Amino acid sequence: MAKRSAPQVNAGSMADIAFLLLIFFLVTTTIETDSGINRKLPPIEDKPDTPEIKMKNIFTVMVNKNDQLLVEDQLMELSELREAAIAFLDNGGDGSCVHCKGVKDIASSDNPDKAIISLQNDSETSYKAYISVQNELVAAYYFLRDRESMTKYGKTYRELEMMFDDPKTPEAMRTKIEPLIKEIQSMFPQKLSEAEPKRN
Amino acid sequence: MSRFKKKKGNEDVPEISTASLPDIVFMLLFFFMVATVMRDNDLLLNNVLPKADQITKLEKKDRVMFIFMGKPSERYQAKFGKGDKIQLNDRFSEVSEIKNFVLAERASRDPALEKVLTASLKVDRDTKMGIVGDVKQELRKIEQYKVNYTTQKGSVLD
Repeated sequence: MAKRSAPQVNAGSMADIAFLLLIFFLVTTTIETDSGINRKLPPIEDKPDTPEIKMKNIFTVMVNKNDQLLVEDQLMELSELREAAIAFLDNGGDGSCVHCKGVKDIASSDNPDKAIISLQNDSETSYKAYISVQNELVAAYYFLRDRESMTKYGKTYRELEMMFDDPKTPEAMRTKIEPLIKEIQSMFPQKLSEAEPKRN
Repeated sequence: MSRFKKKKGNEDVPEISTASLPDIVFMLLFFFMVATVMRDNDLLLNNVLPKADQITKLEKKDRVMFIFMGKPSERYQAKFGKGDKIQLNDRFSEVSEIKNFVLAERASRDPALEKVLTASLKVDRDTKMGIVGDVKQELRKIEQYKVNYTTQKGSVLD
């Protein structure tokens, strides 16, 4: 009886397939990097100087132990916080702020330079609620900065920041961007103060 | 016509070529080299990060120190209880140890980077703010002002 021969498997293209897969995975996988909300803690001052701040220039946000929000003495849902913060910062009550588009309510903040957001949390507040509130308040600042940056330079503030941080940006470009970022920052300075957590 | 004559007989079962085996092995090797994230410390506690969308990336690993907070993992709960704990490097620590931890971290890095050193707070979403506030107070005392509340990317509303 004649021997039945199995056909030779052509393995010449195997390497090509392997490299194809390798390149595919190289391109598609991203190494996970950590990301989060950057904040700067205030230095400890021995004598806390308390300049007179009018109550109408302070936007108080309190988070209680059940993670409920009390904004300007009103119970509020988290989803409404961003809008409320934007309205407060953009108010421009004394008319000195030319770029503000708010309602110019005399009972609310004078101008973005004076407007302070004060955040107070309970020691039993969950971290999730705290981060959510931080996130919404930071988002309010970003929204206003983006708007001003868009009308002035046609780029969002975030894009400017990203260009500035990108190591590929040439140095000449960077020195050009820096004053722009500074200017937008001074239009809506981030004045977010955190009270020490309440002890029970 | 003899060129196309089928060869018959005198043939064993042909061996499958293993010439491409190194390629496959190297491919796997490269893949895992690229995709694995080195985890330098084992987590002793539950650490589900909260979600946020106004986030910036922590690019350079050599400019970051990590402070973990959360409840101990199940297998450590019998020993350390169910309260919120702090983990520095690979062990549970007290709030008072943060000072030494920051100093040690600073000493181990390039002195030029000291100014830009960031403390990444990896805090479980269910942690109470009391302990987080204590840690922040401790960081302020040692003048470590740059912090990053490390989060996952996502909407805060769900």
